Amino acid sequence: MDDGVALAGLAKSFGDVKAVRGIDVEIPPGEVVALLGPNGAGKTTTIDMILGLQRPDSGRISVFGMTPQDAVRAGRVGGMLQTGALIGELSVRELITMVAKLYPKPLDVEHVLQVTHVHDIADRRANKLSGGQSQRVRFAVALVSNPDLLVLDEPTVALDVESRRDFWVAMRSAAVTGKTVLFATHYLEEADEFADRIILMARGKIVADGPATEIKSKVGSRTIRATLPGADLARLEGLPGVTAVDSRGESIVLSCNDSDRALRKLLEEYPEAQDIEVRGAGLEEAFLLLTGDHEAQPGGVG
Amino acid sequence: MSGTSAALSYTRYELLRTVRNKRFFIFSLVFPLLLYFSIAASHRTVKVEGVTFPLYYMTGMVSWGTMAALMAGGARIALERSAGWTRQMRITPLSTWAYFGAKIASGYMMASVSIVLLYLAGIFLGVHLSAQGWLIMTGLILVGLIPFALLGIVLGHLLSADSIGPALGGGTSVLALLGGSFGPLATSGTLQKVLEYVPSYWLVQAGRSALAGHAWPLRGWIIMAVWTAALARLAVRVYQRDTARS
Repeated sequence: MDDGVALAGLAKSFGDVKAVRGIDVEIPPGEVVALLGPNGAGKTTTIDMILGLQRPDSGRISVFGMTPQDAVRAGRVGGMLQTGALIGELSVRELITMVAKLYPKPLDVEHVLQVTHVHDIADRRANKLSGGQSQRVRFAVALVSNPDLLVLDEPTVALDVESRRDFWVAMRSAAVTGKTVLFATHYLEEADEFADRIILMARGKIVADGPATEIKSKVGSRTIRATLPGADLARLEGLPGVTAVDSRGESIVLSCNDSDRALRKLLEEYPEAQDIEVRGAGLEEAFLLLTGDHEAQPGGVG
Repeated sequence: MSGTSAALSYTRYELLRTVRNKRFFIFSLVFPLLLYFSIAASHRTVKVEGVTFPLYYMTGMVSWGTMAALMAGGARIALERSAGWTRQMRITPLSTWAYFGAKIASGYMMASVSIVLLYLAGIFLGVHLSAQGWLIMTGLILVGLIPFALLGIVLGHLLSADSIGPALGGGTSVLALLGGSFGPLATSGTLQKVLEYVPSYWLVQAGRSALAGHAWPLRGWIIMAVWTAALARLAVRVYQRDTARS
């Protein structure tokens, strides 16, 4: 039987930089997993090791019971790397056909051109495309290989909101059902919307790992800032929806798991509150909140 | 699909890309042909190292054009590395050997076109050889190009997309000059002895061998074998260094 993807004690450093610091992950076949984290979390290094592009310093990787290199050679892995331009002298259609011919059971090229919305640019030279177009073509290249494991490293990075939505629509219609999908992202909404499971990475470690909804409720917190001199912090902390309170001079910061309720109550009890600001916590902040310090145990929160 | 058919199919696209690359045609076909006609046509009766000028210059231009073709094949790796495309290829089932093989095959294809055109030009200017002579010359050129195919792969890994063009143009010209593609730099003495160690020297000598009816002397084979072994080793090393780092 195939075991999906298994990482055990995986670590990789570049000089003094510890990119990945010992992670353990098991992904059963058919699961759609988001690797969520800010820049520098170790997502790309992890993905590169799963694809066999980087050799781990320590730890083991198994892809369908094989080494990454063997899985790649067997045509069971397809990927969209984060960076990478397309080669010239070939049209988009020719390029995708060329890649299709390298794999044992590729998808139909015309079908892939349709679902990835590159049909209208199929006859253009592959190196003469806009950033968004070229990103769609790179997705088509990954998709046409029809792999059992599809790996996408920040597939929507640098895309505007609309193109991002288009990408996921294409992804949904691309018949990836049954495939194991691993994608890296630093957008929580993307991870929540598309993945069954979210693995949260920060500073080379896994800080949370669980069903998407669960991780979202942990990370998706908001903060309310307001100028409120002389407020009673203990009373603020007792407001519904508030999880933590901090004061900075005359201003207060409320960390909330339900900012709507907290804000209503805050205005009711403190009508004098000014300069009110509600913000979604950035991922980096959310990780600090989750981990408390830099030395959280892998998976310790999840 | 087997690895072989993937490799063949990839090679086919590599050839297609090579044919579509215009700059390539200029360096390995147009320049040598133009130079050949403009210089050899007015020196038909001159002899160089016992060889008629049109024959000497034909092998000279063939060596220049084919060297450019073979080195450019490997050097295309620099462009694909800079673009990040080599990483994309490394996560396909295509083997590294097939990837390099396709670059070399496309180089040889361009070289063959260059050889045929210059042979025709040579015949037009009165080059006359026995069938055996043509065969020996062609065989030696094809074998003599192996070190340049490897050199292309080495440069493709060492240089960036920006520097590969000038490096290739300059490098090919220097090798052609030293090897005697544009005329021998020395026909005797120490300089000539030193120049014998340049691999392109033996490419140019293919014409003289053809006339004499035998292949390179042992010295030539040894020099070419050493270049091939050294460059092959270097190619493996730069490839490994490149993939370990990327």
